[in-house]
Amino acid sequence: MMTNKTLKTGRMREWLRADTPDSAFQAWSGRAYLGLLRFMKNRLAVLGLLIIVALIVIAVLAPVIAPYDPVETDIGNRLQPLSFTHYLGTDEMGRDIFSRIVFGSRLTLYIISLVAIIAAPVGILVGTVAGYFGGIVDTVLMRITDIFLAFPKLILALAFVSALGPGIENAVIAISITSWPPYARIARAETITIRNCDFIKAVRLQGAGALRIITGHIMPLCLPSLIIRVTLDMAGIILTAAGLGFLGLGAQPPTPEWGAMTAGGRTYIIDHWWLISMPGTAIFIVSLAFNLLGDGLREVLDPRSDN
Amino acid sequence: MIVVENLNVCFGHGKARNHAVRDVNFTVEKGESFGLVGESGSGKSTVLNCISGLLTHWTGRMEIDGVRLKQKRNIAFCRKVQMVFQDPYGSLHPRHTIDRTLKEPVKINRLGDANHRVARVLDEVGLGAKFRFRFPHQLSGGQRQRVALARALILNPEVVLLDEPTSALDVSIQAEVLNLLQDLRREKQLTYILVSHDLAVVSHMCDTLLVMNRGKAVETITRSQLKSGVIKEKYTKQLLVAGKGYDRTAIDLFQDFR
Amino acid sequence: MTGNTSLLTVKDLSVVFSSFKGDVCAVNNISFSMGREKLGIVGESGSGKSVTGRAVLRLLPPYARVRASEISLRGKNLLDFSEKQMRKIRGMEISMVMQDPKYSLNPVRTVGEQIREAYTIHHKAGKKQARQKALDMLNAVRIRNPEQVYDLYPHEVSGGMGQRIMIAMMLIPEPSLLIADEPTSALDVTVQLQVLAILDDLVSERGMGLMFISHDLELVASFCDRVIIMYGGQIMEVLDAGNLHKSNHPYTKGLLSCLPKIDGTQDRLPTLVRDDAWLKPAPGLFSGGAAS
Repeated sequence: MMTNKTLKTGRMREWLRADTPDSAFQAWSGRAYLGLLRFMKNRLAVLGLLIIVALIVIAVLAPVIAPYDPVETDIGNRLQPLSFTHYLGTDEMGRDIFSRIVFGSRLTLYIISLVAIIAAPVGILVGTVAGYFGGIVDTVLMRITDIFLAFPKLILALAFVSALGPGIENAVIAISITSWPPYARIARAETITIRNCDFIKAVRLQGAGALRIITGHIMPLCLPSLIIRVTLDMAGIILTAAGLGFLGLGAQPPTPEWGAMTAGGRTYIIDHWWLISMPGTAIFIVSLAFNLLGDGLREVLDPRSDN
Repeated sequence: MIVVENLNVCFGHGKARNHAVRDVNFTVEKGESFGLVGESGSGKSTVLNCISGLLTHWTGRMEIDGVRLKQKRNIAFCRKVQMVFQDPYGSLHPRHTIDRTLKEPVKINRLGDANHRVARVLDEVGLGAKFRFRFPHQLSGGQRQRVALARALILNPEVVLLDEPTSALDVSIQAEVLNLLQDLRREKQLTYILVSHDLAVVSHMCDTLLVMNRGKAVETITRSQLKSGVIKEKYTKQLLVAGKGYDRTAIDLFQDFR
Repeated sequence: MTGNTSLLTVKDLSVVFSSFKGDVCAVNNISFSMGREKLGIVGESGSGKSVTGRAVLRLLPPYARVRASEISLRGKNLLDFSEKQMRKIRGMEISMVMQDPKYSLNPVRTVGEQIREAYTIHHKAGKKQARQKALDMLNAVRIRNPEQVYDLYPHEVSGGMGQRIMIAMMLIPEPSLLIADEPTSALDVTVQLQVLAILDDLVSERGMGLMFISHDLELVASFCDRVIIMYGGQIMEVLDAGNLHKSNHPYTKGLLSCLPKIDGTQDRLPTLVRDDAWLKPAPGLFSGGAAS
């Protein structure tokens, strides 16, 4: 017996799978739907996605989920082990570790979003322009890219911090500056392949200028590899931020940043192992999730699999 | 309509220097269908790329409709001369719907009335409106070539350059596309330059053809000459024989024309 | 020269590909046999001709389900062979030449090494002996300076030479059947015919069978002894090459008439009107349980 709901979903599915879409919106929705189906076949990738969605939900609902205030100290209750009152125990200042991890998720998201938003557009812009124009433009841009590529993230961060002082924003800037060169390289490689294709020749013959070709024709084709690369890089960015936090260069106390928490728990590792392993596990899970997601995206977004 | 004189194209320097086109001359009248025939490496596609402006490192003299062509083309040229490419799978942007691909030239040239133009040109090439919002990978090879043709025609050019337009298509689809090309030429009084390695296709579509070998023009012949077999050059004769199928005695007599 | 003794017999071959949008039946219940002759399999894209060739050699991807009641080479049913046994067959008994030497030759090894390897896979031989065999083979495919060509890389040779090298590689273990899948489609017309002449000579010298898969009807008709015409995964017609133009089948006639001809008129070419009646209905598609 067909209920209203099954009728609706059936019609929706037909609309998405239509062979002859009536509008650009329908065409793109259908394409996204098929991509989603293909993505869902990869169980591990779906797991990765769910973990990241959970991360976002936890970050948004942090005040609701966390039972305690993350920065309020309670020295009388310090170094308590896992219990039903403190799920993940308390740290050396008596703060509830679970609440700190929950609030720390906001910082993690903040850091990785900022880095992605800064580094990826810069990378794709530099790469496509270098790849399309070639010649001296390419040489100059690529040498600049090489200069930035030569800096190891942590060393640059140290330099920045000594110049500007410690803090999350400076850590983010430092990480972004060292993250964009690989994206530029990827975008340039893709651009060089694409610029010789017939569809680019055709649009040149229609009178299109470089701006239209780069933004409308080349960049969309670079996006898949870039999205995959950025997702896979997330794990590295989280670890770098955690590393900076560990060195005391990122978030400053009492901010519940996962890296800083791991650092703070160093000295208590033997008798009070939960101080270091809880935030460490959180870092591990989220990094893994991004890796799994990135692998899953690669299968879906590879343009070759269109046929 | 189209005059090409002393066209020369060289690629590379020193040892890797490739003189791809050597002193090629030909003229095409308005409304004519002119063929460029040759094997791979003959330079026929290179000539077409020079005319279209995709290649800028050529020397010689080229004129379209009395106007001398410079190395770089201006936008008015796009309204006069358009091109259809060989590979139906590579000539359409994989992420753009057909609608977007066809609207783009209209937008670039600020012609307005895009929807109407797109609908009309899709009709002219025998594709209905239902193909408008498909992506290229949802179309067959023949349909993609029709879209490529529609894209070339949407700016109402006078000259259409065709670079092996049916080489990648099945024989039955090739017949449909060739018929379409003939019909359109008659309706719109277009001038064609058709490049192909297939003598049968060129002789079917064109009245005059230029045979090329290794960058040089071998001879200019007419269709009737091809039909009657009255051909001067040995190279052309060999091409003609080779197009007839497998004939062992003839193959043993093949020469290498370098 | 039509062979009476059957070299290859295929009975009731079907190949189904599973995809997101459902099952696609690429080959639908075909049967044919060939002897030591040149058999052409002609069809347009999607007719199933390439899939047939690969099914014989079991070279289809894992998502292809192959079912047949018989695929036998000289009486031995290949369907009963394990993968290990099939590996012995490939190259040794049945070889395959594909379309573009750019993609079928290993770009990082010299041509000579690859031919030599093709020999040593199936025959025990020392390096010098294998090298000599490879040079002999290069001679047999009429390459003028085999010693020089032996040390070249695939990107350094022309298309025609690449195909000849491919043929040398595939014929060096002396198979009884060669499957050629569009072996000359990527070549210029004169080079095409020269390569076919070499193939012709080698096949008749060695008494081999040749399965020539192509979309070029005229070429196959002039080169092969017999022709099988495929459409929609089914066999439309089997005839002697010389009788091709006398065919009465509407598909064959349609294909022949829509070809432009040098001595034809410039009128509209007749187009092929496909008739679903040509295709027999597909038998119930099977699920899993492939025979091979």
